[in-house]
Amino acid sequence: MKIIACIKQVPDSEAKVKAESGQVSWGEAALVINPFDEFPVEGALQQKEALGGTVTALCIGPESAKDALKHALAMGADDAILISDPALQSLDTQGAARVLAAAINKIGGVDIAVFGRQTLDDGSGITAAQTARLLGWPMLGLVGQLKVQDGSVKVARVVEEGRQNVSAKLPAVLSITQGIGEPRYPSFMGIRKASKAEIPIWSLSDLGISAPAQIVSRLELVTPPSRDVTCEIIAGESPTEIADKLADKILAEKVL
Amino acid sequence: MKTLVYIDHFKGEVQPASWEALGVAKSFGSASVVIFGSGFDTLAKTAFEFGADEVLVADDPALTDYRAEAFASTLSALASSRTPDLILLPTTTRTREMAALTAIDLNTGVLVDLTALSLEGDKLIATRPIYEGKLNEKVVCAGKPVIATLRARAFPRPTQDKSKSGTATKAEAKAESPTTVEGYEVAEQTVSVTDAGIIVSGGRGVSNNPSLTPPAGMDEKQAEIWRAQQGFKLVGELATVLGGAVGASRAAVDGGYIPYSHQVGQTGKVVAPDLYIACGISGAIQHIVGIRSAKLVVAINKDPDAPIFKVARYGVVGDLFQIVPALTEAFKKKLGK
Repeated sequence: MKIIACIKQVPDSEAKVKAESGQVSWGEAALVINPFDEFPVEGALQQKEALGGTVTALCIGPESAKDALKHALAMGADDAILISDPALQSLDTQGAARVLAAAINKIGGVDIAVFGRQTLDDGSGITAAQTARLLGWPMLGLVGQLKVQDGSVKVARVVEEGRQNVSAKLPAVLSITQGIGEPRYPSFMGIRKASKAEIPIWSLSDLGISAPAQIVSRLELVTPPSRDVTCEIIAGESPTEIADKLADKILAEKVL
Repeated sequence: MKTLVYIDHFKGEVQPASWEALGVAKSFGSASVVIFGSGFDTLAKTAFEFGADEVLVADDPALTDYRAEAFASTLSALASSRTPDLILLPTTTRTREMAALTAIDLNTGVLVDLTALSLEGDKLIATRPIYEGKLNEKVVCAGKPVIATLRARAFPRPTQDKSKSGTATKAEAKAESPTTVEGYEVAEQTVSVTDAGIIVSGGRGVSNNPSLTPPAGMDEKQAEIWRAQQGFKLVGELATVLGGAVGASRAAVDGGYIPYSHQVGQTGKVVAPDLYIACGISGAIQHIVGIRSAKLVVAINKDPDAPIFKVARYGVVGDLFQIVPALTEAFKKKLGK
């Protein structure tokens, strides 16, 4: 089984993100592997353990994104590839999908490409599906459980109504969610191995494609209105008295 | 402006935000509604009542179950033949995928989960949250048609005029798909939290009622779940009196207290109710990102330092097993129920 885990590097979820001169700034916050991407890496490693094969982590980003790839290596991925090019500064989702599809085709012989459900920064959650369409592979999204057998994959998709059980022949693209299990912590040996790993960098010319046209563009950033609330604690002599006061306050806010 | 509006439904149950999308389409110009699947004449009727100028039904039994490729190919074909300026869909797990695939087919862009959309001249300007709602971005799409999914409850619901009617037109389905649906495990039918105006949510604290004695023969984990289910009964009763939905934190879902369909937060659903009552929820950042758009947040927790109190307008530091039933009684009286 040849599995590609597509990951992204994003600012830590605790970061205080601000608009500064029309750019997003996260101050001193660390850049980390997109937390949603730990699940597809975990899923890929589980399949490798069950069926044998290799897991390659793939990422589009600047040089610093190597750290996100090293996290995947430390978890147990066999190797990693960084796609980096000055022409890839601001990619929209279909631009990223074009680049990833080109890389997956260049790698060749891939059985499954796995993604996280969305990224912490953009959050559209559609790059996986767009990559699938460009590759001409089936898209199985929001997978909580999967089983590979005889060249096919059976998945349980976790959707609004419950679970949808779907199957498809490989190769396929999957987005994998938390149902797959807790992502394993990088082992000490894994971290040491990852820190020494040589991660090749592929540019657009290595991929044999030109920079994708940008279709979706950002005009400006808008800071949402501040939600600084002062919490009024409702107290009283008994639960009945407290509940009575609280209910009156809620009714006065006219939200019912 | 000509807009195609996709009505998202599961076996005939419509995602209400579909009608909000229809309202937006009508405010820009003409709206053609698109419905997939067989036997949904009532949906077509409702679409006319909500103002659709035209209703196209891809009436094919092969579209009964959602499969990404079949739904996207059908939508792409409709878009190619109808040449709309805009395609609107409510944001759901289905529509994110469909919009993504159709955008590739039509070589255009998708604007996902919009909270605002305006027409300035002939240019569509969209607003959407990024970094889990910490910031918003205004975006434009250079491709045609513009494809956009709209966040539930971010746009007004149009009025339903029962005097409006029309005849649906059959549209062609492109139902080939490389995937096979093996079946469903459907969660119980409840008000979806994404469409709810009022949500009462339970967290880990809901299992923590030491005064309850579980039935004999349960191990520790089973007893914890049993206690949590008793706690969620109280949460549910308050939700019922208020006419709202029941939500849950990730801790409650991971604990096995309540199905994932109720989960609110980063890895669950983002909600935008007018009222959100958090019971026994500590308020981890991953939960807070799911309730940023709630108008009024009320928190009940016995820990005065729980971070939930930083985002709540009103709070009670107390025992939810006493406060929640008392609140239910208080509202029963005041709402005359």
